[in-house]
Amino acid sequence: MMIKKTATSTLALGRLKRAALVGLAIFGLSLTVSAQAQDAEVPGNIKWTIPFGVGGGTDVWARFFSPWLSKQLPGEPTIMIDNVPGGGSINGANLFAVRAKSDGSDWLGTSASTQYPAMLDDPRVRYDYSEWTPILATPTGGVVYAQPNLGENAETALEAMLAQPVKLAAQNPTGVELPVLIALDMLGADVQAVFGMRSRGEGRLAFERGEADIDFQTTSAYLSNVTPLVEAGKAVPLFSLGVLNDEGKIVRDPAFPDLPTFNEVYQELNGEAPSGNAYEAFRKFFASGYALQKLIMVPKDTPQALIDTYRQAARDFIDTEQFKQEAAAQLGPYTPVIGDTVQRHLDDAMSIDDATREWLADWLKSEHGAEI
Amino acid sequence: MFDILFSSLGQLFTVSHLLYMMLGVLVGLVVGIIPGLGGIAGMSLLLPFLYGMEPTVALGMLMGLVAVIPTGDTFASVLLGIPGSSASQATVIDGFSLAKRGQAARALSSAFLSSMIGGLIGAIVLTGFILIARPLVLSFSSSELFMLTLLGLSMVAVLSGRDLFKGLAACGLGLLVGAIGMAPATGEFRMNFGLNYLYDGLPLVVVGLGIFALPEIIDLLVKRGAIASEPCKLGEGWRQGIRDVGQQRGLVARCAGIGSLVGTIPGLAGSVVDWITYGHAVQSARDKSEFGKGDIRGVIAPESANNACACGAMVPTLLFGVPGSGTAAVFLGGLLLLGLQPGVGMIETHLDLTYTIIWSLALANILGAALCLVLARPVASLTRVPFVILAPLITVLIMFAAFQATRATGDLLALGAVGILGVLFKQANWSRPAFLIGFVLAPGAESYFYQAVQFQGTDAFLRPGVLIIGALILAALFIPMLRSLCIKRRQASSVGAASTARAEPPTLGAIDVVLFVALLGTAAFAWMDVADLSLIGGIMPRLAIAILAVSCLLEVARCLTRRPQWQHQAIGLQGLWLVGFFALVAAMLLLGFITAATLFCLVFLLVIARLKPWVAAGMALGVTAFLVGMAEFLTLTYPSGLIDPWLFG
Repeated sequence: MMIKKTATSTLALGRLKRAALVGLAIFGLSLTVSAQAQDAEVPGNIKWTIPFGVGGGTDVWARFFSPWLSKQLPGEPTIMIDNVPGGGSINGANLFAVRAKSDGSDWLGTSASTQYPAMLDDPRVRYDYSEWTPILATPTGGVVYAQPNLGENAETALEAMLAQPVKLAAQNPTGVELPVLIALDMLGADVQAVFGMRSRGEGRLAFERGEADIDFQTTSAYLSNVTPLVEAGKAVPLFSLGVLNDEGKIVRDPAFPDLPTFNEVYQELNGEAPSGNAYEAFRKFFASGYALQKLIMVPKDTPQALIDTYRQAARDFIDTEQFKQEAAAQLGPYTPVIGDTVQRHLDDAMSIDDATREWLADWLKSEHGAEI
Repeated sequence: MFDILFSSLGQLFTVSHLLYMMLGVLVGLVVGIIPGLGGIAGMSLLLPFLYGMEPTVALGMLMGLVAVIPTGDTFASVLLGIPGSSASQATVIDGFSLAKRGQAARALSSAFLSSMIGGLIGAIVLTGFILIARPLVLSFSSSELFMLTLLGLSMVAVLSGRDLFKGLAACGLGLLVGAIGMAPATGEFRMNFGLNYLYDGLPLVVVGLGIFALPEIIDLLVKRGAIASEPCKLGEGWRQGIRDVGQQRGLVARCAGIGSLVGTIPGLAGSVVDWITYGHAVQSARDKSEFGKGDIRGVIAPESANNACACGAMVPTLLFGVPGSGTAAVFLGGLLLLGLQPGVGMIETHLDLTYTIIWSLALANILGAALCLVLARPVASLTRVPFVILAPLITVLIMFAAFQATRATGDLLALGAVGILGVLFKQANWSRPAFLIGFVLAPGAESYFYQAVQFQGTDAFLRPGVLIIGALILAALFIPMLRSLCIKRRQASSVGAASTARAEPPTLGAIDVVLFVALLGTAAFAWMDVADLSLIGGIMPRLAIAILAVSCLLEVARCLTRRPQWQHQAIGLQGLWLVGFFALVAAMLLLGFITAATLFCLVFLLVIARLKPWVAAGMALGVTAFLVGMAEFLTLTYPSGLIDPWLFG
């Protein structure tokens, strides 16, 4: 009896299960249909989280892009910029990682100072770049330059820089100057980095006051504030960091076609291309901090169709003459990178193998007394 | 040259320019008056409209905003004792004391008039100075900047007067709290006790509100009555304030000059200038007894300096692209959005725009101060309202302001924690400005000292600029001492020896004892926490601990050897209100900021202020409308809690 009872009950259960399955399937189908129908629909309001303060570089960058994106997207959504500063952008990115909806209505704007802590396993970081998909990236370049008392042209200045200890004003050991510090070390320069600057601008002031022997600026600041110094004979450009081409190779910077890249200078000095752990670290931090300096990201679960819509919108406007004209003042002579190319470079940059990380930790400790 | 001057003057008086500037001025006044918002919130209101605007018009609008922020925040500092921004901290000391003596209108009118004159002097200085400023700005290296922070710190000695050791201990504690966060030299994190909130250090707004505003609110609640404890004559006071500025023309001019020059130095600007000028006012006064208790000079000096300083701060912003203050940093972002790259080019290719900026500043200063002067009389009547009605509104306002600092729960808790300290300091009469000076100047003092040593080695302290500022510091410390010695000797010789020479004995109370124990405990605890730091990363907190501990011990020793006069220091009721404050914080986190604030106002007004139900309900709804409106217009957020998302989306 008992057995029979259980048998019927399992039978009943089986029938129920089947019915439920069918029901679920129908429900699921209708769900996916409705989901697909919604897919390409751009939300009316997009909240763009900027983990930096109002008026900062990334904020200005986002405010420059938002009308372009809004105009180009179907339905012209309202893009609302939400500044969440703190922790050098870690706080805002952490909040985004927890709260962002993946229906395409949440975007995040990141910068080198969001990427670096994630690469260095900062304990405060609770976000993960593999959880996000990039829409667009804008690159920047940078130039290292020296006081004219080191040498009147690049060659003599470089020689003098390698022969004596030189001072460089920087923000902190793991800040945006990190690849520059690695590059200078690889060239054999004895760089005494003075930390505690609150911006690259303060570093430039220290150079202009004659306190720092060498300095480094990213492209837009270099063009507006260092080029006049170079013309007045108060600064000598040494080399640029270069830019990353689509294949991931470092080539000459279109903003500074006459300046050799770090790679070229290294080759010239050592007779071989740079390699090894140090170069690996340089390349990764250069890629994530310069080649992909600022990124628009969305959560990975955002519907693919929507991601494609966003990317296409960006593609549509970056080729227009008007954009190019206005972007020249904001972004320098660089074209934004869009879609899968960004994903590829980003994946490559953010994955650091153990040997490189170990080298970096040792190097930071021994050269700059910093622990990571 | 002159054609450019005149063409930009012409630009200034076009209708569109004036209209947009007026818009900027109005926005600036509103965000200036609401504490905690300041220039950054105002800029974020205007920035979205900026992209694509005609540069001269847009610059007029931005300058309208920048110019009036240090004017508008005077309302909160004088009337409510709330330091609206870093530019008005020194104003609180005497301004609020004057308001308590029924002279709010006088303090306000002289503050606004000196703001206006200061701003004008700043703009005039800037007109000529901007052309030759570059070499001067560059002559201030890290070592001179360090000496300037020392000059600011030396004002502690001026401000703490008779209780020097208590003042030093307060300053040491300020330095220690200011050292929380990342060590500028090594990137190490100090004294964060594993709390994410402390990684960036405590925000200045939170500390300023906690140390000044919260204790005053509690004190007034305990005392009952209105802010003004003496009858106030608004009209007479208003005219008196104008006359005061006339009598103190020399002080106004000197402070405006100091303000505009210090403002040009990138990296310091707002944080030292009001203390330096306040200290200057104290030193140059013959009768110092009223400072801190409501001396009009204590209002005039920082107010004439801070608008001039806002003008001066344009120099590094325009010439070097390095902002001289927080507001200037946002202004810099605005320039970039307009497609203007600050730098040498601003003088060489955009000189006309540069002058448009400078003169918009001057014009906006006049407009803003004139508006405030008109408003001063009616608004000052707030001080006659029974404080118990204002208290819940002000409490919500300062919590709103504090939470905008980093939008973290920690902001509210830190406000309460600093508030406890503020209440203890206030009740025991320890110098709260000394604490704030230490806190504000700690990061600058540390990083400039480190940079000076790294860049220049021992030569850093032999530079002429360093020696000049060093001499100023010594003068600030010793001239008052010599002068009082002189006076004493003269009195002694005229009256006869030994009759007046006896110094007053130190005072001591229960809170003093509690503070000694707590501060020495803090020192010991912090010493253990910084034990693992590297030499360079740990030198500043160790120095702060040493100052704190040694001055505490010296004061204890003074009390032991000189038989102190026992003083009754009440704390019971204050403690109760503090507990209430923390309960309010808890309610806000649990229920949501808007809900808890509304309920709190309603209950407080009904039960404690005993207002009519409909009045209380109306005021509580007003609070809700204010908070919801602010969130809407400025895209602000509040702690959401359980009920807010459900009620307010």
